[in-house]
Amino acid sequence: MNGVIAGISYRSLLGRRRVWLLVLLPVVLLALAVLLRVIGADGERATVTLLQTFAIGTMLPLLGVIAGTGVIAPEIDDGTVIHLLSKPISRPVVAQTKFLVAASVVAAFAAVPTFAAAYLLVGLESGVASGFALAALVGGVAYAAVFMLLGVVTRHAVTIGIIYAVIWEGVVGNFVPGARRYSVQQWAQTVADQVSSSVFLTTDIGIGFAVSALVIVVVGAVFWAGRRLRSFSLTGDE
Amino acid sequence: MNIELAQVSRWYGNVVAVNDVTMTIGPGVTGLLGPNGAGKSTLLHMMAGFLAPSGGTVTLDGTRIWQNHEIYRSIGLVPEREAVYGFLTGWQFVLSSARLHRLPDPEGAARKALATVEMEDAASRRIETYSKGMRQRMKVAAALVHEPQVLLLDEPFNGMDPRQRMHMMDLIRTMGTAGKTILFSSHILEEVERVAQHIEVLVAGRHAASGDFREIRRRMTDRPHLFRVRSSDDRRLASALIADASSGTVSLTEAGLEVRAVDFRRFTWLLPRVARDAGVRIWQVSPADEDLESVFSYLINRSG
Repeated sequence: MNGVIAGISYRSLLGRRRVWLLVLLPVVLLALAVLLRVIGADGERATVTLLQTFAIGTMLPLLGVIAGTGVIAPEIDDGTVIHLLSKPISRPVVAQTKFLVAASVVAAFAAVPTFAAAYLLVGLESGVASGFALAALVGGVAYAAVFMLLGVVTRHAVTIGIIYAVIWEGVVGNFVPGARRYSVQQWAQTVADQVSSSVFLTTDIGIGFAVSALVIVVVGAVFWAGRRLRSFSLTGDE
Repeated sequence: MNIELAQVSRWYGNVVAVNDVTMTIGPGVTGLLGPNGAGKSTLLHMMAGFLAPSGGTVTLDGTRIWQNHEIYRSIGLVPEREAVYGFLTGWQFVLSSARLHRLPDPEGAARKALATVEMEDAASRRIETYSKGMRQRMKVAAALVHEPQVLLLDEPFNGMDPRQRMHMMDLIRTMGTAGKTILFSSHILEEVERVAQHIEVLVAGRHAASGDFREIRRRMTDRPHLFRVRSSDDRRLASALIADASSGTVSLTEAGLEVRAVDFRRFTWLLPRVARDAGVRIWQVSPADEDLESVFSYLINRSG
């Protein structure tokens, strides 16, 4: 972790228009929660469905794409990253710092609104709020790592990230039973299920598998991103 | 400190960008000269640790440069692309460089670097408000903040106005005199000539010439020059010109005379006198092959 790199990265991520993209999705989540409450559909079942499909299923991967790729891909694109890389700092440290910035941003913008939305609807009932907040936290950290890696390895990180979020996590991960074992949001929901006692939340992956998978993905992605940055190449105009 | 390149090549797929280059860049100012697309940036990126050589070795005093972040204690890099963190002020940008180097007194070092490039006044403004030349100077300040022994600059004069260019040239000369190893790339002969004591010429990825700038300049001006001349009486001028040994061939064309001058200096001295004596008015004299490509291809044919 390098404080100077973290400082610059937070400023570039939160100080620009990108922050509004980060704010937009949590605002939609809270608005939906308010709407459900107003129309009186604020039961535990509706809450769990909202959090599963929107908070974890939609908002979390998209925030992951925005923050994970946003923390490094634009800098690689326009060449500003050279300012950080032409310094006597090991490249894995640069990757770890970028990851920590992305992870903390996703966690803050996903976990807190998720807890707030759940609390608005069902209070602390059945541990739904804390379960899903924890799920958003760990899932957000995993997405931050995966999409940060994507931002390092490809110039099309945002496109690939959104396709992945929508196709794999949204469709395949939800409907193809075998693929569920390899979906970040399913691991996150497993964590939520572990904390919450709600009968409306059922998952079919073991908590041991989910936690190991999350750890492996995060460590592997950050490690690989560091390795790729070590070989970061400038290809000139020729 | 010396940067040594030994039989360095770099290819992208089937395209060879740099072909078997061996050179040593020592203290003083070296200009890396070549037309656009000659492989200057590729070579400079390999010296800066931002590209792996496909073959050969690039070392700094014997230490491998590629995948070695410790070299940045001794190397300062000014990349060609002007992008910098626009939301930072100049001061914050240079200070961040000093902090990333973990200098004992980052504020002091940043102040000194800003003074070196004379950017103290603009330092409190955001970089996104700067002109291209100001950004360039800010990048130089950030690259100088740790007082590196080696400074690499990729096309440093691009986009600068004449005054900024002059100032940057002075700065580079001063650092070279102080014994630092400085290399900058350029496709403009005059820039290189005014700043560098030593020139390395790269043409089509190959090391075409190396040496003192006077030597290279002489070789460039000694080549046969092709001029196009338009006058009030082309035929008369042609016969007067062909009488002198400095004009190799003279041909009469629709667009005027084409003169191949074998002795550049004598020809440029001769032409107005011959015209005056023959009572011919000259409308236009233009070099027909003065583009760098032809200069360089002449050089490479001579050295090859």
